[in-house]
Amino acid sequence: MSTAQETKPVNLLSRLIDTGAHQKLLAFASLVALLIGFSIASPNFMQTSNMIAILQATSVNGVLAVAVTLVIITGGIDLSVGTLMTFCAVIAGVVLTYAGLPLLLGVVAAIAAGAFCGLCSGTFVAKMKIPPFIATLGMMLILKGLSLVISGTRPIYFNDTPGFDQISRGSLIGEIFPALPIPNGVLILFVVALSVAYILGRTVLGRYTFALGSNEEAVRLSGVNTDAWKMAIYALAGGICGIAGILIASRLNSAQPALGLGYELEAIAAVVIGGTSLSGGRGTILGTLIGALIMAVLTNGLRVLSVAQEWQTVVTGAIIILAVYADMVRRKQAK
Amino acid sequence: MFSRRFILGAISALAMTVPSTATFADEMYIPLVSKGFQHQFWQAVKLGAEKAADEEGVRITFEGPDNETMVDRQIDMLAAALANKPAALGFAALDSQAAIPLLRQAQEAGIPVVAFDSGVDSDIPIATATTDNVAAAGLAADKMAEKIGGKGQVAVVAHDQTSRTGIDRRDGFVNRIAEKYPGIEIVTVQYGQGDHLKSTEVTKAILTANPDLKGIFGTNEGSAIGVVNGVQELGKKDLVIIGYDSGKAQKEAIKSGLMAGAITQNPVGIGYETVKAAVAATKGQEVPTLIDTGFFYYDASNIDDPEIAAVLYD
Repeated sequence: MSTAQETKPVNLLSRLIDTGAHQKLLAFASLVALLIGFSIASPNFMQTSNMIAILQATSVNGVLAVAVTLVIITGGIDLSVGTLMTFCAVIAGVVLTYAGLPLLLGVVAAIAAGAFCGLCSGTFVAKMKIPPFIATLGMMLILKGLSLVISGTRPIYFNDTPGFDQISRGSLIGEIFPALPIPNGVLILFVVALSVAYILGRTVLGRYTFALGSNEEAVRLSGVNTDAWKMAIYALAGGICGIAGILIASRLNSAQPALGLGYELEAIAAVVIGGTSLSGGRGTILGTLIGALIMAVLTNGLRVLSVAQEWQTVVTGAIIILAVYADMVRRKQAK
Repeated sequence: MFSRRFILGAISALAMTVPSTATFADEMYIPLVSKGFQHQFWQAVKLGAEKAADEEGVRITFEGPDNETMVDRQIDMLAAALANKPAALGFAALDSQAAIPLLRQAQEAGIPVVAFDSGVDSDIPIATATTDNVAAAGLAADKMAEKIGGKGQVAVVAHDQTSRTGIDRRDGFVNRIAEKYPGIEIVTVQYGQGDHLKSTEVTKAILTANPDLKGIFGTNEGSAIGVVNGVQELGKKDLVIIGYDSGKAQKEAIKSGLMAGAITQNPVGIGYETVKAAVAATKGQEVPTLIDTGFFYYDASNIDDPEIAAVLYD
């Protein structure tokens, strides 16, 4: 399927459906197989409320995975997404609860803070030539510390901001179709995913994202300011982490300053299961979404089956390895 | 062929065969969603819960997030537990507020909720099985007074100034000293976040500032180990150290005489009482709203007693 040819701009629909359709089909089939398997194994698995619980569990990890997909396509990595999410949640807490400003300002501040931190990471990587792994590892720790400092190591609650918890917990769909109370957090995940798929498929930024991951030197030699584009991509990814921060803070009705470490690895796992190459130049948002869903279905399904927790972790790890291996075997055959 | 579908299908088929117990539909099912899972304390809680489950003939599961910051993961666990239509639910909230929507859902579905350990800050749980930390720290104060002969300076190295357990243990100790032992002065209360290294540094600072100190109380496992380390590094002798909880290092410190003794909660009892109360609630029996699961003081003389050894963990 997709190789470096994907650098050609393709329209949105084909980016979502045609490109690498075969592989998406495989990932999607795995997801369906898991759903069917769990449904047969437990009568309690396939219920509307449990499906909604799975979607809700996907929402935060999904948004983080979308952000990290962007960076991974450029051939980089972003380890700071988890703690950046927390940092943005804390910023929202400061603006809304400590300063008492209106809801919209808190949301904007969180996203802006995310974009700014992403821009910092991007600057370290592009201008200062620090390897992405190290630059974002440093950012991860800085942001974890700053979250604790700014919040005074205490959770910040949003009880004084009516409507804040509805951003993630409320359900616009449920108001129209009461039988299907899909939380807004899930809706936001899909809006974010569609927007980023559009950016990747339809815009210059998207084209350069793939080009940077395929052959950065060639792009630079053809007169493109690669540094600036790279910084823009990290900033965009940071802004998306800001959205994740709002989502998680709204879901918990609080900004939990100690949270976030370890979330970057789950996001990266979802990206990789979705078929995005860690060496860059290749990847889709739809794949990442399916990867995030596979992770959530697996975790939830094993729980509903009452599999012992120590084994849940083993199975999840095995699935990641198998998924990536199957993808590589299939790609070798395709050659 | 090695399609991913094949592999995942095989895995999920395998997964189906593992939990054959899941099919016993008539068995009463009670999930416990805890604050942690891999720490020895929580494994001891699990042990107690399993003991009660065996006695009552119910099926339980015990789950908790990897660390105590993962509030959202705990919520996901709660959601999965509710999907299984449990008869009752045991829950130790990391953040009570975040869990309220799901707890309401349980309440509306008529699923009794029993809180355990630090409890749930809400009126939804019908009962809370927990240690009376104030009384337990008071006992630590009594033991301290006894060891130092009722007069002199002591200090407290606490693990946290915001959490319920941190506040209760500090106040329980400080208030008991103030009430009963006018000859004892608490020179300072410092916080080490329950981190071994931080608590060590805190202890050394306290000892440097107060050379006449007679004793130190460490309010949890990490704090107590830190106090022992700090005292050792400064080479101080004849200082009375009283700890809290157990763990291998603390047990060894007590056996070797470095530490005078420690308070232990009864994690096994916490798990046991939680399941017992949950089963009673499903049968419509009266359950006390607060179940004190008890605590003990242990030192080198009774550390190997069966009653004490059963509630200690490595």
